[in-house]
Amino acid sequence: MRLAIRHTLALTRRQLFILWRQPWFVAITVIQPLIWLLLFGSLFKRVVELPGFHGGSYVDFLTPGVLVMSALFAGGWHGMGYIDAMNRGILDRFLVSPMTRGALVASGFLYGAVVIVVQSLVIIGVAYADGAHFSFGTVAAMFALAILLGGSVAALSDALAFVARQEETVIGAVQFVVLPATFLSSGMMASNLLPGWIHDVARFNPVNWAVVGARAGSSDWGLVGTRAGLLGALLIVCAALATRALRVYQRAV
Amino acid sequence: MEDLAITTDGLVKTYPKGVRALDGVGFAVERGTVFGLLGPNGAGKSTTVKILTTLTVPDEGRALVAGHDVVRHPEAVRRTIGVVGQRNGVDPDATGRENLQLQGDFYGIPSRGLRSRIAELLERFDLTESANRLVRTYSGGMQRKLDVAIGLINHPSVLFLDEPTTGLDPEARAEMWIEIERLAREDGVTVLLTTHYLEEADRLASQLAIVDRGRVVAAGTPEQLKSELRGDTLVVELAASVNGRALQAIDGIEGVHEPAIDGRVLRARADAGARAVPAVLAALEAAGLPVAAATVSRPSLDDVYLRHAGRTFAEAER
Repeated sequence: MRLAIRHTLALTRRQLFILWRQPWFVAITVIQPLIWLLLFGSLFKRVVELPGFHGGSYVDFLTPGVLVMSALFAGGWHGMGYIDAMNRGILDRFLVSPMTRGALVASGFLYGAVVIVVQSLVIIGVAYADGAHFSFGTVAAMFALAILLGGSVAALSDALAFVARQEETVIGAVQFVVLPATFLSSGMMASNLLPGWIHDVARFNPVNWAVVGARAGSSDWGLVGTRAGLLGALLIVCAALATRALRVYQRAV
Repeated sequence: MEDLAITTDGLVKTYPKGVRALDGVGFAVERGTVFGLLGPNGAGKSTTVKILTTLTVPDEGRALVAGHDVVRHPEAVRRTIGVVGQRNGVDPDATGRENLQLQGDFYGIPSRGLRSRIAELLERFDLTESANRLVRTYSGGMQRKLDVAIGLINHPSVLFLDEPTTGLDPEARAEMWIEIERLAREDGVTVLLTTHYLEEADRLASQLAIVDRGRVVAAGTPEQLKSELRGDTLVVELAASVNGRALQAIDGIEGVHEPAIDGRVLRARADAGARAVPAVLAALEAAGLPVAAATVSRPSLDDVYLRHAGRTFAEAER
């Protein structure tokens, strides 16, 4: 167990170092969510006047949505790092050492958590500057749920990377999934203003679990708990899938 | 068994698309020696290494590395081996030191011991000054050295080197050869080396297995393999492609065996090369086949390969 933790931390550190050495990428990771926030924030500023929104500013409403969407992107790209490692022979080198297999997936979760926390802090800071207000509970719920969702997606992205072994496949999947998954939730629009079918789909959409749970942080901890539970279960399933996918990779090399 | 570092028996591996990479590979490697797995690209060398290093599993057959079964106890195998893969397994976005540190973490080496081990390896491979630079700034030769250093971090008893000098310039290759010799001689490491350079196998390996189309076609010391071939190698280059007629022409010349023709090149073994040449040349002239060049040489590994695989090494590489 101690060894597994050491492996996980070592792999997390490696990924953070690689990220840190790509300042442009860091900048994009931080700036992109701000563009969503400020762009959507002003474009749809007046939707809160519609009946169905319960007062407050749109930025207040939108921030959890943007934060969760950014976590989706952060997680989605995670598998790319392993494809690069595969192409360079680095992954094979890891696999012929006594590295705990699960550390590859677990480190993705930790790395994702660090990235999501930093990203979210910036988003929340800018939202505050834009006049939004969040209770401590909301902030805590946003962090926790965004990390659980981002971690699940990272594991899924890893699984896809191990099986498909091509960057194009991961890029395609992320492009295909992230935006629709965000719009099929109450991330941008109040739940009772969603068209009926989207409302129904959203109930099974993990993105919606995270958004709804995050917004409940100030009022309804039971809702936060059930959504966190669902996302936790999703995380376990995705991690198991990624570990299985690694075995598929080893059979194919 | 005690003095064998690796034994393999009847290894078979078929890839999803039906490509049979290994078709019953078997050989044994003595402890503390450099063992060469020689063969053209695609012969099955890398697949063999992948199985022995637990990266993938065979469909059939058995393999022991340092006494451990690679399928049943892969963790035990992983702890005792070092691997330098065909592709550079180094991380270009990390420094040399970080690359070594990460691998040391995987082996669970206590941090103080690891620090000194890293310093020792950097020194040995002449990388101390570049240790804190990103690997992407290293030359090809330096990256390769770091690659070997990473493979040695856990004091392996068996080291796998998969095509260690492919893509290196002659100078870096010569340095690598010296290092490999030193590993076996001074550190007592058993080295399994795959190569498609005949010269490299000849120079480094004390034992060889020649692999072709997923099978071991010949095994022994380079000297044994060469001395199994009778006499000298005779190569005659004809002025034009003639196929069968050249074989007929030299048929029956005393002391000339195993004639074979490939385009304009006629090969044969000769009991005494110097004496056979005039007779062969005369026979070809008499048959109206002009000769462009003729050479006589001691048997080489290329000849061994030709003998066992039925084609020259260069042909197989094509």
